[in-house]
Amino acid sequence: LYFDTMKIEPENFSMDGIGEDLFFLSNGHISPVWYSILARRGYFPVSELATFRKLSSRLQGHPSVDKHLPGVRMASGSLGQGLSVAIGAALTKKINKDASYVYSLHGDGELQEGQIWEAAMYAAANGVDNIIATIDYNGRQIDGDVDDVLSLGNLNQKWQAFGWIVLEMDGHNFIDMHNTILKAHSLTNEGKPVVIIMKTEMGHGVDYMMGSHKWHGVAPNAEQLEKALAQLPETLGDY
Amino acid sequence: MKEFEVLGNKDTRSGFGEGLAELGRNNPDVVALCADLTGSLKMDTFKTENPERFFQVGIAEANMMGLAAGMTIGKKIPFTGTFANFSTGRVYDQIRQSIAYSHKNVKICASHAGLTLGEDGATHQILEDIGMMKMLPNMTVIVPADFNQTKQATIAIAEHEGPVYLRFGRPVMPIFIKPDAKFEIGKADVLKEGKDVTIIACGHLVWKSVEAMKILEEQGVSVELINMHTIKPLDEEAILKSVGKTGCVVTAEEHMINGGLGDSVAQVLARNYPLPQEYVGVNDTFGESGDPMELMTKYGIDTPNIVEAALKVIKRKA
Repeated sequence: LYFDTMKIEPENFSMDGIGEDLFFLSNGHISPVWYSILARRGYFPVSELATFRKLSSRLQGHPSVDKHLPGVRMASGSLGQGLSVAIGAALTKKINKDASYVYSLHGDGELQEGQIWEAAMYAAANGVDNIIATIDYNGRQIDGDVDDVLSLGNLNQKWQAFGWIVLEMDGHNFIDMHNTILKAHSLTNEGKPVVIIMKTEMGHGVDYMMGSHKWHGVAPNAEQLEKALAQLPETLGDY
Repeated sequence: MKEFEVLGNKDTRSGFGEGLAELGRNNPDVVALCADLTGSLKMDTFKTENPERFFQVGIAEANMMGLAAGMTIGKKIPFTGTFANFSTGRVYDQIRQSIAYSHKNVKICASHAGLTLGEDGATHQILEDIGMMKMLPNMTVIVPADFNQTKQATIAIAEHEGPVYLRFGRPVMPIFIKPDAKFEIGKADVLKEGKDVTIIACGHLVWKSVEAMKILEEQGVSVELINMHTIKPLDEEAILKSVGKTGCVVTAEEHMINGGLGDSVAQVLARNYPLPQEYVGVNDTFGESGDPMELMTKYGIDTPNIVEAALKVIKRKA
């Protein structure tokens, strides 16, 4: 989204983002991933990533507007709130006759929050068709597999029943992601919101992290970090 | 006491409805959201005149707060409307994260606050909302006294940048603030000057305090009456100036004693100028179904309670 799809002005960040595409991270706990992308897309210096979770940093543990970090338009962390916010921003784009798009990203465990479904119902009932929501469907949450903690059932059918256009893609295959996002674009402005369910594997590419939920809320130690980085050829050592 | 001439009788929620309608005509950035209570909140005129800027969200208040927060991105000024209970307690986390912490310019407009919601009973009679809202950083909290002031406050908050909690109610009460009176956020109205006791009230209790003042003055007590329509930011200067003359305070509110206006006033006194204070408010109990005025009497927030508190606090001086 940030490097290929969205119309954005990283060097000239404005809260109102008029004429720009907007992105809302609803599952705020993946903030390090987001910050990493924002920095490399030019919202703030890559060197600032090293301040993450430290005192007086703009890179709070969960994203914050309070610290004025460019690229962040809404705090997130307490789950389930970002879809409503994204839909609200999409409504304002319609009032302003601003033809740009709103994107959001949600965790799968987050879909257990009731507010997600209030928002889903609202967007479909009111034809909010300038939004593309995405779901990181890795099937794991803090206490275990999503299916064991509180099963989401048939997620595709749930969104369809709520009136959304539903697409699925492989969240590790860039060609599939590119094509699916293009397809999602072609389906906007036709009276329905669009959601992409993105199949992913938590800890993808790191052998000792894959297949387990236990790294959801745990950081690797120095030795584990070295081992993980050695397994990822695309790892960026620029900070 | 000519200055307290009753100009009519109306509910404060109708003042909100008129103010919102006026904003709809004069400010194209104002949008309104409602959770299935358009008639109760008197939002019909805005809705009819501005259908493209009115958003019916259904019985889904959490989503309403999130939508409102998102709508500010692109310079809209959202006014949300539902009962005070569903405007605060039900959606506290949404307000905390998506509105207050995120510095979003949302106006949370809450009707049917307090006991005077009446017959629906305690499930709907929120008495903790002022406390919850005033604890949130960035939040402004306003509780206007009558129909005219609620209209003035509704118009004023659209010009204020930042989240606001505007609290009003259901019952028909006397109108005594002039329609052209100036309303300034954070600036207390000294309705009458006096020297024996300061009464600081908000919302419906301002009129009850006017009634109490008449009784007290007949008994030879000189009352200074302050309408503290803005709970946060609190006009500390007005409080200190007044108690410097009178030496004691009664606070009166349709809210729990814990966490309300009285607590805010007590903090100012404790830090600056400790003096006797008596609280008129609901004392750590839920309400019940009943006629609004009978409820005020039963739960100790009526005119005689203010009179009694004033006489008691005067005795505590020196």
